[in-house]
Amino acid sequence: MIETFEKVEDIEIRLLLEALYVRYHYDFRNYAMGSIKRRLRQAREQMGFATISALQEKVLHDETMLPRLLGYLTVQVSEMFRDPSYFRAIREKVVPHLKTYSSLKIWIAGCSCGEEVYSMAILFREEGLEDRTIFYATDINQDALQAAEAGVYDLDRVQLFTDNHRKSGGKSSLSDYYNTGYGRVSFDRSLRERVVFSDHSLVTDAVFGEMHLISCRNVMIYFDRPLQDRAVGLFKDSLARKAFLGIGAKESLRFSAHADAFKEFVREEKIYQRVGL
Amino acid sequence: MTAARPQAIVIGASAGALEALSVILPSLPADFHAPIIVVVHIPPDKRSVLAELFQAKCRIQVIEVEDKEPLQPATAYFAPPDYHLLVESTGSLGLTSEEPVLYSRPSIDVLFESAADIYGSDVTAILLTGANQDGAKGVSAIAQAGGQVIVQDPETAFAAAMPEAGLKRCPDAKVLSLDGIAEYLRRIG
Repeated sequence: MIETFEKVEDIEIRLLLEALYVRYHYDFRNYAMGSIKRRLRQAREQMGFATISALQEKVLHDETMLPRLLGYLTVQVSEMFRDPSYFRAIREKVVPHLKTYSSLKIWIAGCSCGEEVYSMAILFREEGLEDRTIFYATDINQDALQAAEAGVYDLDRVQLFTDNHRKSGGKSSLSDYYNTGYGRVSFDRSLRERVVFSDHSLVTDAVFGEMHLISCRNVMIYFDRPLQDRAVGLFKDSLARKAFLGIGAKESLRFSAHADAFKEFVREEKIYQRVGL
Repeated sequence: MTAARPQAIVIGASAGALEALSVILPSLPADFHAPIIVVVHIPPDKRSVLAELFQAKCRIQVIEVEDKEPLQPATAYFAPPDYHLLVESTGSLGLTSEEPVLYSRPSIDVLFESAADIYGSDVTAILLTGANQDGAKGVSAIAQAGGQVIVQDPETAFAAAMPEAGLKRCPDAKVLSLDGIAEYLRRIG
């Protein structure tokens, strides 16, 4: 009995993901199943449906349900200067190379609510690179993109952001970049003057420019292996000669079909350099 | 019975984990037939030394997991700090940074539930010492799928709350001391 039930749930999940793709062009079909399953179960329970099929029916017919479901399907967990040692390595090892270019394109892929975008913008300002740089900040979740563009965060997260910034080798005080009010902080508008926020999917969209650094951390862990290969292939084709790719601390290109196109640049921080070309 | 020689062993432990795992893992033979996938509650901001520490004591291989790590027999896989560890297919592991569950990331429930999904009855879950309730939902998922559940005898545990909560959700679990668990695993080899 139990085994039959499990199978039915697997069928329902496959059908729901298909429905989301056909109806709304959101493609989660090649996301890592274990994690998708957990989050769909959560969505089903908390949105009050008896089955995933019932949830599917609702979301097919009522598009106002879509953002809520997307909230479950896309994970928005980040912090400013998350893994400070990563940003320290960008600052100390990658920036010296970037300084040799007169103009720079930087892509934060899967930017979530923007924490990493502002971190990178601050780092680039501190290093004197901001004026020659265009940042592309992309995500598939519109709500997240809007939050990223607003640059407003809860005050109780700022202590962590501040500690991280300091540990990353920050040369200024984080408080120089935000205003406080009503339990929130609002980051300085000037930080996003050189940022292009845009809806872009690593699953379905294509290359849009030649980048000098791509940072895509803890995004591909939600993909299955073939989809990871697609995304890394996209990064490979987007990177200039000898340009850089940073991925999450526990991600690896070891298992990727494109491993040969990259060499480890800062091994412990998962910063790779494009080779070949 | 499939449970006698399962496709994988999953282990969860919290307070007192180091001592408990030190009884179990070093006793396993170098040709142990299955992967052993382990979640230990560890602080999120530290580099974990668990894998290195156990590699020095064990005959099996011990590694800290990276995303999409392929599964091999005779290897113990530790969840890295600040990530959930899931069984993704019978052949590989995955990581996620979804919200903590019961204040924990990695979470024992998350690992055990994913193992129940992938292996069905063909997995053995072992819940060890700990001071919270993580793993209780997980062992119940394993048992429901027909897998074998072993819970450390709470009387012998450094912290009894976790095995007790596990037993409450899964009263038919095998209850063993640490030595008993080590012996059980050596027997199924």
